[in-house]
Amino acid sequence: MDSSLITSILVATIIAGTPLIIVALGQLIAERSGVLNLGAEGMMAMGAVAGFAVTHHTGNPWFGVLAGMAAGMLMSFLFAVVVLTLMGNQVATGLALSIFGVGLSAFIGKPYESEILETVGSIRIPLLADIPVLGPALFDQQILVYFSWALFAGIVWFLFRSRPGLVLRAVGESPAAAHSIGYHVISIRYMATLFGGAMAGIGGSFLSVFYTPLWVEGMVSGRGWIAIALVVFATWRPFRVLVGAYLFGGVMVAQLFVQGSGLEINIPSQFLSSLPYLATIIVLVIISRDQNTVRLNAPVSLGLPYRPDA
Amino acid sequence: MALKNKLLKQLAVAGLAVVTSISSGFAAEDTVGFVYVSPIGDAGWTYQHDLGRLQLEKETGVKTNYVENVAEGSDAERVIREMAKRGDKVIFATSFGYMNYMLKVSKKFPKTAFVHATGYKMGKNMGIYNARFYEGRYLTGVIAGEMTKSNVLGYVAAFPIPEVLQGINAFIKGARSVNPKAELRVIWVNSWYDPGKERQAAMTLMSQNADVITQHTDSTAVVQAAEEQGKYAFGYHSDMSKYGPKAHLTAATHHWGDYYVKTVNDVKAGNWKPESIWGGYKDGMVSLAPLNPAIPAELQARIRDMEKHLTSGVLHPFSGPVVDQDGKVRVAAGATMSDKDLNGMNYYLEGVVSKLPKQ
Repeated sequence: MDSSLITSILVATIIAGTPLIIVALGQLIAERSGVLNLGAEGMMAMGAVAGFAVTHHTGNPWFGVLAGMAAGMLMSFLFAVVVLTLMGNQVATGLALSIFGVGLSAFIGKPYESEILETVGSIRIPLLADIPVLGPALFDQQILVYFSWALFAGIVWFLFRSRPGLVLRAVGESPAAAHSIGYHVISIRYMATLFGGAMAGIGGSFLSVFYTPLWVEGMVSGRGWIAIALVVFATWRPFRVLVGAYLFGGVMVAQLFVQGSGLEINIPSQFLSSLPYLATIIVLVIISRDQNTVRLNAPVSLGLPYRPDA
Repeated sequence: MALKNKLLKQLAVAGLAVVTSISSGFAAEDTVGFVYVSPIGDAGWTYQHDLGRLQLEKETGVKTNYVENVAEGSDAERVIREMAKRGDKVIFATSFGYMNYMLKVSKKFPKTAFVHATGYKMGKNMGIYNARFYEGRYLTGVIAGEMTKSNVLGYVAAFPIPEVLQGINAFIKGARSVNPKAELRVIWVNSWYDPGKERQAAMTLMSQNADVITQHTDSTAVVQAAEEQGKYAFGYHSDMSKYGPKAHLTAATHHWGDYYVKTVNDVKAGNWKPESIWGGYKDGMVSLAPLNPAIPAELQARIRDMEKHLTSGVLHPFSGPVVDQDGKVRVAAGATMSDKDLNGMNYYLEGVVSKLPKQ
């Protein structure tokens, strides 16, 4: 295997992992505050269609990303009103949000099917990009790849080194305690949920504006669900989200390389296509076997409504 | 036994009724319906059928109507029945999955002519039609064989069914007819429409040295990816040059207008009967999109000649010797592959590097 092949596998892996990282980190924040939003797929779809439409009309991919973010936030706001203000069931509402978002995006996107966008080039970081093998993979990438790393660093700092991060975790672990020392649990959860929606929207717009610059119905094709699984897979830790997303992207890309290479494999390609999902399930099973890991890391109030005593 | 005879008699009577009533003609206010599986858009499978519909309106003056984005399920049955009820004299259903639903509805409306694309079931008043897409594929293969510098070609494919394998094999056979060193890498994405995956597969092929790629999937992602990487690609179904003006060498396209005009005229004249049509170059069902100026004039001229030979029937993409990937001779020199063998194709020809997933 020559080094350019390794580089191209790495490039493809990182690109495939990036939307997962952005969406999963957003969900991680929401879940850390105790809100389980299963609507990521729908929010991504809305982000994708809004991002595409706005980029198409303005010609500016940044307005597209902003529009995607706004669409994701709007969706998560609907969710937040139902589950936080009206105390609806989080799981049922999240599922409904997914179905709603996928359907609505298809409806809005009708006029944009088969339109095209200019491809947005990658941004090359001088010197670093000249490192053999790793350089082009890490430092000659789409700008949202760098954004995903900055987001990761920001979230690590926020959660574990900042006071608001501590409050957020407290709200997720024990909303009653946080409430009793004067924090407004519902407002904090609103903000965390909106942040999750914003990231899902950005992740969606990455798909339609940067990754494959076109819009088609159903183009998110399950990535929202994978992002949700990733958060559990990572036991609510940002670094493991990063690793898991690249692992997933790597398996997805590797099976294509194996097929193209003509290696003698007596495995149906359908099986290879399902490998990434299978890998996610296997890791989830392995993690869940050790109850302590899950219990120690899962936010205690995850998925539970909180009604402050008057 | 008696019951069976009675049933047969009834069927025969029904059959007679069909012939007489369809031949009773086509009134001025009669209409023609089309059922589409996806949005019309401006490229792709459904778009090509809609061009045929517009040609039909223009040349025959009949009124048409269509329903797009009809799922291949019980929705299709409802849509087809509505059309028949409303009085469409001829109904074209343009996707494989409509087959059983159309057959079912056709029995209830014996006065209507039903025509189904790409299926294999016929009825008393239901005909079928399809195109020999592989003829266009063969020509794109010849162009690919001449244009490649790395001698590696790439193919993004949806599902390993005979129609897709015909395309892959015609492509490599065309390429190797002019460039015996050419090899083909195939990636199955197991989806007709997943731009993300199609693009990823295209990028993978190009990183494995493929410099001319094509696809048997429905989006334009592969052409776009080739444009970005400065490689060559072919469109499929429609001219996709607007998605990659430099990359797009040409496209293997299909055209249904002439067939639609003929079918409707036959119904009008009262001599339509259900047929199985598998049309190619000579029927005008298959052709190439405009050739990219990057293709040398000499090669362009050769391609034009081959188009004539496909039309006259001198050239058959699967004329012998046809040797498969394992060296087995599938068609001996001097013979050509029968339609039956074409429809059962389940192997790669020599020159394909990838291995076909075992069933």
